[in-house]
Amino acid sequence: MAISPPTERLWWNTPIHRPELIWIIVAFLWGLVMFFMMIYWHAFGQQNLATETYRTTPNAFYAKTEAMVQQYRVRDVGGLPVARPPAGGDVYLIGRMWLWYPALELQKDQTYRLHLSSLDLQHGFSLQPININVQVHPGYEHVLTITPDQAGEYSIVCNEYCGLGHHTMLGKIFVTDARVTP
Amino acid sequence: MNTALFRTCPTTGLKVDLQAQALIKANAVAAVVFLAVGGLFGLSVALTRWPAVHLLPADWFYLALTAHGLDVLLLWIIFFEIAVLYFASSTLLNSRLAAPRLGWIAFGLMLGGGLITNLSVLQGQSTVMFTSYPPLMAAQHFYLGLILFAVGALLACGIFFGTLVIAREEKTYRGSIPLVTYGALTAAIIAVFTLASGAIILIPTWLWSLGIISTIDPLMYKLVWWAMGHASQQINVSAHVAIWYAIAAILFGAKPLSEKVSRGAFLLYILFLQLASAHHLLVEPGLSSEWKVFNTSYAMYLAVLGSLIHGLTVPGSIEAAQRKRGFDKGFFEWLRKAPWGNPAFSGMFLSLVMFGFLGGISGVVMGTEQINIIIHNTLYVPGHFHGTVVAGTTLAFMAMTYLLIPLIFQREIRFPRLAKWQPYLFGLGAGGISLFMMGAGTLGVSRRHWDITFADSALDFSYPEAAFLMLALNGLSAIAAATGGLLYIVIVVGSVFFGRKVEGKLSLAAPSGPPAVATYGSSESLRIPGTAVLVGVFFIAFVLYYFVNWKYLSDIWPMR
Repeated sequence: MAISPPTERLWWNTPIHRPELIWIIVAFLWGLVMFFMMIYWHAFGQQNLATETYRTTPNAFYAKTEAMVQQYRVRDVGGLPVARPPAGGDVYLIGRMWLWYPALELQKDQTYRLHLSSLDLQHGFSLQPININVQVHPGYEHVLTITPDQAGEYSIVCNEYCGLGHHTMLGKIFVTDARVTP
Repeated sequence: MNTALFRTCPTTGLKVDLQAQALIKANAVAAVVFLAVGGLFGLSVALTRWPAVHLLPADWFYLALTAHGLDVLLLWIIFFEIAVLYFASSTLLNSRLAAPRLGWIAFGLMLGGGLITNLSVLQGQSTVMFTSYPPLMAAQHFYLGLILFAVGALLACGIFFGTLVIAREEKTYRGSIPLVTYGALTAAIIAVFTLASGAIILIPTWLWSLGIISTIDPLMYKLVWWAMGHASQQINVSAHVAIWYAIAAILFGAKPLSEKVSRGAFLLYILFLQLASAHHLLVEPGLSSEWKVFNTSYAMYLAVLGSLIHGLTVPGSIEAAQRKRGFDKGFFEWLRKAPWGNPAFSGMFLSLVMFGFLGGISGVVMGTEQINIIIHNTLYVPGHFHGTVVAGTTLAFMAMTYLLIPLIFQREIRFPRLAKWQPYLFGLGAGGISLFMMGAGTLGVSRRHWDITFADSALDFSYPEAAFLMLALNGLSAIAAATGGLLYIVIVVGSVFFGRKVEGKLSLAAPSGPPAVATYGSSESLRIPGTAVLVGVFFIAFVLYYFVNWKYLSDIWPMR
């Protein structure tokens, strides 16, 4: 029994039964499939999270973001400036208590370098309804290379607890169809 | 000097060290008290998430969520595990417990630490969630309490190791330690790694909260904190797998199919589970993909392999034993005629099934490096770990209680009819909580979120209607689970304090069937077709669900 010492003194010499052996082999191979699936996706998949990261400070990151807002502000939404940086360029997004700053307007099927950082606590960049989730840390500037391939209005939820106003923290990304917008 | 006093258990013939017995009782009682408190917080969280009820105000919601994690994930489970460690070493090996006085000091430190941290949360200065990610800072005694608790638990692990040494020296058993003790040893070894990681990160964080250290790097904190946070879940896995084997042995006289395979599977836990910190860092900046892929897969899924093996060997050993005991017809007579009215069995088997199907599959899927992008920090995450820790670990611990009460507390179970239904009610509720939170998470709903309608926000957004339905179903499931939990508390308290004293020999074994073929279940003729079917169904579900999630992933924006 499992609650008493093994009946065979040399239990490590007993043969493994066939059903157990088959399952061990199947399970091991399945593990290899799952392992190599991740590597395969790095080579051939379209959705891999960038690892490009820089050290930054809240002041430095805020300055870069504010420069972008000053240069490319096109309108406001809910009191928040909307920046429309050029396609292919660098885009900055700040997470802070309790706002994603600024709102962004991007063109469909264009590639952007999206810089993420926080000015205070950790935040969770959660783009809805497409459901892309990335953790945002203060002091680290994480650069994702993204290509929005569906037009529409997207909301950024915060999905890391960041104090009592956490559940009010929202942001916006508008993806416009390049052919329609001049 | 050996001054231990023993009684001989009339049912099992085991010698029970009375000091160990007192410590097992104390730790188990503390565990149940924290389960009651933490469970109540959990119910209030689920009822707040249910948009139509929205029970608590925001500040209380976040406070309750912090306390819920602390009381059930840490205190209930670790206290119960310490009881299991003492039981698996001292009782199962007929040995006196090493340093029982130290055991009481450990208990005091754990209890004191747990109370201090609870106090700091209830004072409202430590609403930092269970994970307490810096730069979010709690009151200093939040960390201090956790450190005291960890030191106490570490001492208890030391007593466990000491007891193994004493039992070997004093030759209280012959040959190798039993498989259940081996599983407990696995848990204890992982616990040392876990608690050491906890100390490495919580001590500087405590000094930071006192103003002695200026900053704690948030990424470094997460890496080391999760070496405690996730590895401690592997203590639970080892402990509840050991309990599955123990219950199978006590009820059916089940013998492991192969000692080598089952022990090898436990060894895989020790060797690879510690890499799991990476599961929490898959969408973090600053870490290479190579590091993420290797660590998140426990080096090519070798620890997952351990769990997959137990997934066959535990039901397989029950099937082999049942067939040997006469239930040998068809594929499933062994399972159909199992004692489904015995809460120790029903709890154990539901725990096994739900841990695999709900907690296990979802855990591997969300731990896939790229798939984590569509799951990280959504409600899917608590959905997953309610499948592992509630439907899996907690239900297994509850099932074990139905055996510990007659064997260790020497009391009969009060309210046997309620006890019969308790695992089903709790299991159904826990399974629902897991499933519906995963559903809401798949729809994108953020975890740790007070208001999914964003009513107080300057911008407007709302999750899909289906998410509201999921959270309503989650609330209903939580009510079922809480009712099951309440029944458990009532039964345990009723039995321990008001139960009839057990006299003489108990019959715990499940009823057996007609006499079987004499050789059945021997190593030459092992046949476990029913288990093979169950494992096959599980495997197909696993593969399908795994690739469905790659499909979901391929629908999001291209990114690199």
